[in-house]
Amino acid sequence: MSGGRDARRDGNRRMALRLSVVALAMFGFGYALVPFYDAICRALGVNDLVKADARPANTQVDASRTVTVELDANAHHLPWRFRPLVRRVTVHPGELAAVEYEIANMRGRPVTAQAVPSYGPARAAPHLRKIECFCFTQQTLAAGETRRMPVVFVVDPQLPRDVHTITLSYTFFEVAGRGGAS
Amino acid sequence: MSAVVHDHSHGHEHGDHHGGYSGLMRWVTTTNHKDIGTMYLWFSFTMFLVGGVMALVIRAELFSPGLQIVDPDFFNQMTTMHGLIMVFGAIMPAFVGFANWLIPIQIGAPDMAFARMNNWSFWILPFAALLLILSFFAPGGAPGVGWTLYAPLTVQMGAGMDFTIFAIHLLGMSSIMGSINIITTILNMRAPGMTLMRMPLFCWTWLITAYLLVAVMPVLAGAVTMTLTDRHFGTSFFNAAGGGDPVLYQHIFWFFGHPEVYIIALPAFGVISQIIPAFSRKPLFGYASMVYATTAIAILSFIVWAHHMYTVGMPVTGQLFFMYATALIAVPTGVKVFNWVATMWKGSLTFETPMLFAIGFLFLFTLGGFTGLVLSMVPIDIQLHDTYYVVAHFHYVMVAGALFAAFGGVYFWLPKWTGRMYDETLGRIHFWLTMIFFNITFFVQHFSGLAGMPRRIPDYPLMFETWNNISSIGAFGFALSQLLFLYVVLKCIRSGAQAPEKPWEGADSLEWTHLPTPAPYHSFDPQPVLELEERP
Repeated sequence: MSGGRDARRDGNRRMALRLSVVALAMFGFGYALVPFYDAICRALGVNDLVKADARPANTQVDASRTVTVELDANAHHLPWRFRPLVRRVTVHPGELAAVEYEIANMRGRPVTAQAVPSYGPARAAPHLRKIECFCFTQQTLAAGETRRMPVVFVVDPQLPRDVHTITLSYTFFEVAGRGGAS
Repeated sequence: MSAVVHDHSHGHEHGDHHGGYSGLMRWVTTTNHKDIGTMYLWFSFTMFLVGGVMALVIRAELFSPGLQIVDPDFFNQMTTMHGLIMVFGAIMPAFVGFANWLIPIQIGAPDMAFARMNNWSFWILPFAALLLILSFFAPGGAPGVGWTLYAPLTVQMGAGMDFTIFAIHLLGMSSIMGSINIITTILNMRAPGMTLMRMPLFCWTWLITAYLLVAVMPVLAGAVTMTLTDRHFGTSFFNAAGGGDPVLYQHIFWFFGHPEVYIIALPAFGVISQIIPAFSRKPLFGYASMVYATTAIAILSFIVWAHHMYTVGMPVTGQLFFMYATALIAVPTGVKVFNWVATMWKGSLTFETPMLFAIGFLFLFTLGGFTGLVLSMVPIDIQLHDTYYVVAHFHYVMVAGALFAAFGGVYFWLPKWTGRMYDETLGRIHFWLTMIFFNITFFVQHFSGLAGMPRRIPDYPLMFETWNNISSIGAFGFALSQLLFLYVVLKCIRSGAQAPEKPWEGADSLEWTHLPTPAPYHSFDPQPVLELEERP
């Protein structure tokens, strides 16, 4: 009887060990979901807010329409002064446009931050193509530094005809733990 | 609930597992599965009362529009803690309590496979609960982020959030250890003759639940660990500025969260599958199909998570996939419901309290399943997302599902546990009060939800007042009815009539056929050799 009990105890221990390995692997799986999610988003073309867009295939300027692009700027819990140099620009679809933003770091030490764009109306988002943008990289500003940065974009002629105004809004978020952030 | 159990079998030749302790130390040091099961059940009932009081704060505030009783921050803390405590503190430990008590005596094992680890799995819980409660006293109070702990709100909360994260870690460890114990016990400790396909269905549902727990609790632990490092160690998993994504949190959380729904529901299915045949005096209809349906539900639960997040802006192909996969779960769930109904068909039914709760479960859980099917449809869900319709839906499956099954199970096994009968009249009154007040509380929430009332909001437009009046009255009635439950259980333990050897003539699993009533402190040592009939 006691021999049988020892064999069973060994069997139980092996089982517990195997299940613990499964539990540990699943903890790792939770972390593996991070790059997996990234790859899925890239494959499906969603969530690529801070990467350069391809220029529209049709480069014909549609002079028959004009679209107003309103520019907006916010800093989220960040001691930065952040503003566009012009409030709005009027462009023809297909026409290359360039605007400038100004940021100034009001804090007494360097700060790193990342701008994240958003669009209104949301269905205009795929049609406002950013060729060049300060939001493609993190920005580090020294204490008191002021910087002017360009955004170059094209409004795709595929834009639905009933959209006359697009709002392009940027929000700067501090990248915690980098560049002297708290 | 086993106050009288330890009077038995002290002279057993394999020694006494009390370890020489008595009083409180007996409970602290115990490795006996029956003691530990009892502690799990009392712990979960205590947490049920704590979470219930929080629900009453919510319902009191929502009795009329405007802000009367609590400020919005505290209201959010109440909804968050009510959810966390009910899910992790009340329902899950209740079914682990059932598992501890019943699995060894249903498969003919002397105890759980890892008796000391079992003690540890339980004793982690009070500390986790304490951490959750302590978070109210941290600067900024308890987290008011919702039980789903969504980023980026969690990254912005005060120190109470860290308390909660560590509490989740502890609860997760306890669950994983408990699950390893249950799987090992079921696979390695069955008595000779107890093949897997002869096991009572309760053991089957717990075997599958334990696998789900081992697979997904670590994922939740990972998600809250990422939140913790985002908060304090400069990572940016969920921080858009650092290249992270708050929607990623939702994916990871619901990869845990949807199987979690079945972690709660499957053991309840198991309890119901024991009760209905016993009071129908017929074997369970379609035993094998029940096992396969349970397995199918568990497997499908891994590929439907994003139906909780149709509105985050996922591609339409993704929405379609998750919609069809979710609707597919209705098939194995339907198999179960039909099997329970077919078990009752032409049975010689009696309606003692456990059976009343089982039938109440069957009726209300199916309603909750139907509203779940409604919510699985993308176009409807986008309309109903985060409304009281969702709140009504998940309370129909969590309260009328899991909680009713737990009540039914307590009434069913109380004679086996204590050797005494509960008061049948009071039990039935408890059932009817619970049934009526439950529906008063939650049925009207379907209507306020359809009309657009958002969840997790302390104030609301005047047009929702009537529904909320009714719902709040129901909630207070429901809560008071549960004090009657406490009284019935205490009365049974202290002065219940002596239970007959086999109080339910239709019950046919091992604990009824091979053990005396009450179950002795040490049972099935040495293990019996069983000659069981093949299942039909």
